[in-house]
Amino acid sequence: MAAERITVYVDGAAVTVSANDSAASAALQAGIGYTRLSPITGEKRAPYCMMGMCFECLMVIDGVPSRQACMVTVRPGMRIERQTGARVLS
Amino acid sequence: MNVTCDFLVIGAGPAGMAAAATAARLGLSTVLVDEQATLGWQIYRQVEGRGDNPPGVSHLDWVRGAALAAEFRASGAAYQSGTQVWQLDKDRKVYVTDGTKAACIVARRVFIATGAMERPVPLPGWTLPGVMTVGAAQIRYKTSQWVPQDGAWLAGSGPLVWLYAAQVLEAGGRIAGILDTAPPANTARALRHTMGALRNWATVQRGRALQQRVRAAGVAVYKHVSALEAKGDGQLSSVRYCINGQWHEKPASLLLLHQGVVPHAHATLSLDAAHRWDERQRCFAPVVDAWGNLSVDGYAAAGDCAGIVGAEASALQGRLAALEGARALGVIDATQRDAQAAPVRAALLRHLPIRPFLDALFAPRASLFEPADDVLVCRCESVTARQIRDAVALGCVGPNQMKAYTRCGMGPCQGRMCGLAATEIIARTRNVSPSEIGLFHVRPPLKPLSLSEFAALAEG
Repeated sequence: MAAERITVYVDGAAVTVSANDSAASAALQAGIGYTRLSPITGEKRAPYCMMGMCFECLMVIDGVPSRQACMVTVRPGMRIERQTGARVLS
Repeated sequence: MNVTCDFLVIGAGPAGMAAAATAARLGLSTVLVDEQATLGWQIYRQVEGRGDNPPGVSHLDWVRGAALAAEFRASGAAYQSGTQVWQLDKDRKVYVTDGTKAACIVARRVFIATGAMERPVPLPGWTLPGVMTVGAAQIRYKTSQWVPQDGAWLAGSGPLVWLYAAQVLEAGGRIAGILDTAPPANTARALRHTMGALRNWATVQRGRALQQRVRAAGVAVYKHVSALEAKGDGQLSSVRYCINGQWHEKPASLLLLHQGVVPHAHATLSLDAAHRWDERQRCFAPVVDAWGNLSVDGYAAAGDCAGIVGAEASALQGRLAALEGARALGVIDATQRDAQAAPVRAALLRHLPIRPFLDALFAPRASLFEPADDVLVCRCESVTARQIRDAVALGCVGPNQMKAYTRCGMGPCQGRMCGLAATEIIARTRNVSPSEIGLFHVRPPLKPLSLSEFAALAEG
């Protein structure tokens, strides 16, 4: 029983993923390589543990910064964006 | 909104589901909170959404997980998914957030079942995109059946390496090779525990069958790998590995690391519950009695978060903790508790004999705990092994003082990824056992929450 496929936007590009997928998984499927820049060194980082432990997948999801993308299930039309540096306080 | 209940369970893996179902059946008002969207935590991830087991996932395991989920659903226990615990008070006020609003759950008993995490072992280049854990890749498989098509390198030691490799092959993916870092001495050490292995011979056979399947598929297995490096400029491009003093380099687009699993003890550590160093599993675990009771009154922990025992034993331990909870709350007496616990304990005894054998066979290579000076240990704050050693040279005796010197462990993951590795480095630099060093002091919030979430508490 395969889950339905839905479309999300990773850095603006449409990607079709399983409705079970996490935002981090969608970002990996989009092939964008890195998902954030370390706020300390500017190094490129990407999801490492996929289970909420490492915080490497912090991304901007639907405009909200510093979400753990691996812990967020995709929704149709979700906007998933790279986080470059420290989050900006709103 | 504040909630009151008899029995609060944290974590929806096998221990949590079994404990919640048992407690609810005994008449306790029971709440299960879990940070994921679905039941099952990692081992039984997506177990409810699918009628059949995905290729390479044992049908028996799948049925067992589905049965636990069904038992939990039928038990009448309340279930709050997508709910993160961020503070546990000694008086059993447990603070949670659903991502928009914080709330407080006041419980008469709290059962912690936060499971295991993969042992983080820093190595050169482990922060490069393209490097993940084996568990991370397997989560993608369990969630949406994704498997690598370009050939993944698997590196490390542990049953999961072989299980995941077999799953990838069965699902039509490709493994470039396996870099086995287990030291040769592991085999002889494991053989000392042959009696235990014989008592769980089916598990041994299952493991051997996995290894044979992977080898028969033609996957290159490189044994006795003594050191590893991930190379690349902003993205993994190759993996370097050392065998018998000789370095080799292979192109790589995906490197998956694994060095076994350790208890995810953040919640129990934050409570200041007593913890012990487990030399056999090279990790810290909370001190629990035969019912899972912690040193903090009204709190219990069981399953892998209290010492690695595997999914089936975790579920059984969860049931014992629920029975004890019911006794402590006066729903059953000690005689009734013991009578109901007897078959559970008997089953538990059947699952545990193999553990010393597995722990020895897949024990991580000691040199992995002495990363070179320039290796990043703390991924969040970019702190190197050298900075930790320098702090020790300056007279820093333990991780909490070292944290103040270096910011190691002070980033968003709050030491989950660097804590154990930092303790190992300090222990080796000072030439004492990690048991004398201890871990970072874990403080709330256990995960970051926004001020607007926090403010919801005041609204009651």
